[in-house]
Amino acid sequence: MDLFKSIGRQNSSNSKEVAKERLKLVLVHDRVNVSSSFLEMIKGDIIKVISDYMEIDENNLEVKMTKTKRDEDDSLVPALVANIPIKRMKGAAR
Amino acid sequence: MGEVIVITSGKGGVGKTTTTANIGTSLAVNGKKVVLVDADIGLRNLDVVMGLENRIVYDVVDVVEGVCRLKQALIKDKRYPDLYLLPAAQTRDKSAVSPAQMQELCERLKEEFDFVLIDCPAGIEQGFRNAIAGAQKAIVVTTPEISAVRDADRIIGLLEASELRNPKLIINRVRVDMVKKGDMMNTEDMIDILAVDLLGVVPDDESIVVSTNKGEPAVSDNKSLAGRAFNNIALRILGHDVPFLDLEVEEGFIAKLIKLISKR
Repeated sequence: MDLFKSIGRQNSSNSKEVAKERLKLVLVHDRVNVSSSFLEMIKGDIIKVISDYMEIDENNLEVKMTKTKRDEDDSLVPALVANIPIKRMKGAAR
Repeated sequence: MGEVIVITSGKGGVGKTTTTANIGTSLAVNGKKVVLVDADIGLRNLDVVMGLENRIVYDVVDVVEGVCRLKQALIKDKRYPDLYLLPAAQTRDKSAVSPAQMQELCERLKEEFDFVLIDCPAGIEQGFRNAIAGAQKAIVVTTPEISAVRDADRIIGLLEASELRNPKLIINRVRVDMVKKGDMMNTEDMIDILAVDLLGVVPDDESIVVSTNKGEPAVSDNKSLAGRAFNNIALRILGHDVPFLDLEVEEGFIAKLIKLISKR
């Protein structure tokens, strides 16, 4: 009966979980690229919010999608990174 | 006024043409007036899958360029009550037709037919743009492979950007044995990732190869499990509430036997 058991069950490598994880990560990047205006929209909104408090260098403002390691288990997760050069603080912030 | 549905996928070889042929045939069998439009100019295949390759005189480019009238280019499939094919040109390329021309063509077909099914070429370039130009609804075909799902996701994004919202998903070539082993993504996995509505699940089935060899859509073969899945999809398009096939029950005799014995 063991023979039938091994035929019936076969080895369960569960490679679909690997596929799912890889797929999820790659899609985060793909989806951003689908709408090229997406990052521009975020940029615009960031500038709008921050401008009330500080004067920023809009030409050198950088917003991009990247990967980062999660603290708990070192697995890769997508991250949005914004690099915003500040020229000077505005009155309200002082 | 009929409905124009584009069948698309992004990736090639996932079964767009087979899906178009089978859904179209089933809709016709169910009493609808149907035209299948092959939008894959330069690489036409819907004609051979339908077994109508010997009857082509004019094609879609001839219609658009005014070489013939629309009626002259439509090939009637004599096996079914109201099924027609508008073949693609084989010796031209995608640029022979513009999205505006396709849109106009669909408008005209819509007046004559209940369903206009457009078989979209692979890719996201002009052939895709042409195929979706006149469509009101979209069906995305994918297989449970990482590459096909990725492309399906991209296509869904592009469809929504073109105002073709809420596309429906068909998962083709599902292998129940591999899903069970955890070596193939299942329906839930894929719906979860793509976040779209499911229209149907079609098992990987040798009968599709046989029916394509013969040029007879699998829906006409009662014994074909894939054919039955396509039939159910057509019924869902017609608004019927058809439960999804329980693929696990439909597995073959040997698999059942092994299962039975190994349980003891």
